[in-house]
Amino acid sequence: MKRHIISILIENESGALSRVAGLFSARAYNIESLTVAPTEDPSLSRMTIVTTGTDQIIEQITKQLNKLIDVVKLLELTSGPHIEREMMLIKVVASTMAQREEVKRLTDIFHGRIIDVTPSIYTIELTDSGDKLDSFIEALAEHKILETVRSGVSGIALGEKSLHI
Amino acid sequence: MELSGGEILIRSLKDEGVEYLFGYPGGAVLHIYDAIYRQDDVKHILVRHEQAATHAADGYARATGKPGVVLVTSGPGATNAVTGIATAYMDSIPMVVITGQVSSAVIGSDAFQEVDCVGITRPCVKHNFLVKDLSKLAETIKKAFFVATTGRPGPVVIDVTKDITDPDIKIPYHYPDKVSIRSYQPTVKGHPGQIRRAVKLLLSAKKPMIYSGGGVVLGNASEQLRTFVRHLGYPITSTLMGLGSYPASDDLFLGMLGMHGTYESNMAMHDCDVLIAIGARFDDRVTGKIAEFCPDAKIIHIDIDPSSISKTIAVDIPIVGDVAGVLQAMNHMLETGTKQIQKKELAAWWKIIHGWQNKKCMSYDKNSDKIKPQAVIELLHEITGGDAYITSDVGQHQMWAAQYYGFDKPNRWINSGGLGTMGFGLPAAMGVQLAYPDETVACVTGEGSIQMCIQELSTCLQYGLPIKIVALNNRYLGMVRQWQEFFYKERYSHSYMESLPDFVKLAEAYGHVGIRVEKPEDLRPAMEKAFAMKDRLVFLDIVTDQLENVFPMIAAGKAHNEMHMSPHCEMPQSSERELS
Ligand SMILES: Cc1ncc(C[n+]2csc(CCOP(=O)(O)OP(=O)(O)O)c2C)c(N)n1
Ligand SMILES: [Mg+2]
Repeated sequence: MKRHIISILIENESGALSRVAGLFSARAYNIESLTVAPTEDPSLSRMTIVTTGTDQIIEQITKQLNKLIDVVKLLELTSGPHIEREMMLIKVVASTMAQREEVKRLTDIFHGRIIDVTPSIYTIELTDSGDKLDSFIEALAEHKILETVRSGVSGIALGEKSLHI
Repeated sequence: MELSGGEILIRSLKDEGVEYLFGYPGGAVLHIYDAIYRQDDVKHILVRHEQAATHAADGYARATGKPGVVLVTSGPGATNAVTGIATAYMDSIPMVVITGQVSSAVIGSDAFQEVDCVGITRPCVKHNFLVKDLSKLAETIKKAFFVATTGRPGPVVIDVTKDITDPDIKIPYHYPDKVSIRSYQPTVKGHPGQIRRAVKLLLSAKKPMIYSGGGVVLGNASEQLRTFVRHLGYPITSTLMGLGSYPASDDLFLGMLGMHGTYESNMAMHDCDVLIAIGARFDDRVTGKIAEFCPDAKIIHIDIDPSSISKTIAVDIPIVGDVAGVLQAMNHMLETGTKQIQKKELAAWWKIIHGWQNKKCMSYDKNSDKIKPQAVIELLHEITGGDAYITSDVGQHQMWAAQYYGFDKPNRWINSGGLGTMGFGLPAAMGVQLAYPDETVACVTGEGSIQMCIQELSTCLQYGLPIKIVALNNRYLGMVRQWQEFFYKERYSHSYMESLPDFVKLAEAYGHVGIRVEKPEDLRPAMEKAFAMKDRLVFLDIVTDQLENVFPMIAAGKAHNEMHMSPHCEMPQSSERELS
């Protein structure tokens, strides 16, 4: 069971997202995260799916996705060099001086930004790979986290390789 | 030419070459029905339940190879059609189903007879469309036919909102000759390198086996298959869906395989060293226990759908492509190549197979004082010259029809294999009979299944469809009873059919002929009489042996060499291997 990132270009039509989501639930495939947004070509959406499964299951997932009429192109990012990014917004209690200093220090270490401040709360934005976001949450263990919002993974192949039509 | 949406819809069907439209009217499609009224190019067949419209279109498609077309209203019309859509989907049948939808202004408001048809049908269609824009209607219809009939075929639903069919709104009509969909490129030619490797492996086989499926029938590849098999002289078996793709009467044919396959087919599957699967998808009713499927074989798999390959069974040489084209390429290589088959080993393999055949696994009691269902099917074959279109429902009768009719031609055996839909047989027969008014069409059914779409007897009268209904009446949901006998210690929970109607009177009430047969000696005269009535529907209510079972049988999840055998078959012969 390995983690795989699958990127697809899909027709930007109503119902396209539910075809993909429905496929995963109907065939009992895992889905860790799914992101979708339009591309520079307004007729196309780009979707990034993070899933886990045996090689055989991943092969089936890619074939079944390709079979959906609305799917224009598909690339399994994890089959080659690629980069993945996820954005997180996290709201932490920071009311004492010590807390405020410590949260600020951790945020700097992780190259995050504090984007909103109240006398008792810091809201931080951090963009990195999924594991880095996990580590940041772990590093904040001493602090009271009020809310985390993660975007889900986006990814792109490195170098010449690109997913386009 | 300016046309309204309703007119565009019907005119598009005409321009697509649609002969019959199976349907049922309702509020959301009234404008479309008005357009139907004002033309007579596309003939509308009024069924008595929307499920039957889909099965009839499906039967038409299976027999002719042309797409079946359905029109139903929104809400309950659409939901009633779902069983038939799913049935077609599971067996990859090309179909275009047009469903009415409430006006776009009220979509999502829980309007009268509103359902999310695109949502409900999504998991059981090849693709579906919601059309809310009149200017897109003709093009969408063209796309629907294109998607339904190309690649691995399947049903496509077009949900049409009522407002765009308004007779007062007209636009110029143009039906495109061709469409292309950038995300859908269905034509696939098999990879020549893979084909070469497959031929090489085939020629090296010592114990080869050919396994053909519904894809050969759907892909119109029976001719190519026949050439291929005769060239090699290898044994061949077919799935339930592939029956007729290779002539059952030919010596190289070992009979069906799988759960109710022949002893020789299943044993040969288990022992073969090279297996070639052609347009077949390794369904669980075929493979039995996955871990023990063809344990010693290298496997070649030809299929048009990449997702069918290595889905359940890992294969050694996959070939994605249209079956007819791939077989043709293989035949060419076999004819022009210099390499020969392994003659000596093949002869030894056939000797083993003949030993298995000597077991005579299809034997049954021929001296019974009850009517044996197997005998009915054999007689049906005789009386129809083996040349009828046979539709069936689901249950024991279906298996007996598959086992004993002996299909020599493709497209003649019409049954719901993938979904196993009781109620399929009679409406499917209507579609076949409409397509081929002069051919003999028989529906082999059970007293349970026939009651699931019995209302269609009325449709048959209206359109003068002289279908012969051959009901094997065992007063049981026989297939359920058989499982209860084998696996639930004869606890026959709700499998006895109480309070059956008098089918003879029922047939008569619907304006048809009914004949009850209770004794073996009356069977032949009754069947002859029924089939001689060329222009009447005859309902043959045949009272068969209640407790007869379908043999051989591999219990679900067991291996191919673990079969329950009929008590009437011969004892194992010399070269026989012990059953585990
Ligand atoms: C719509 C539907 N419901 C239930 C079943 C489960 N089922 C499979 S075979 C069978 C019995 C069929 O009885 P009958 O039509 O009398 O045929 P027989 O097996 O007796 O020949 C049933 C209930 C099914 N296949 N389809
Ligand atoms: Mg029965």
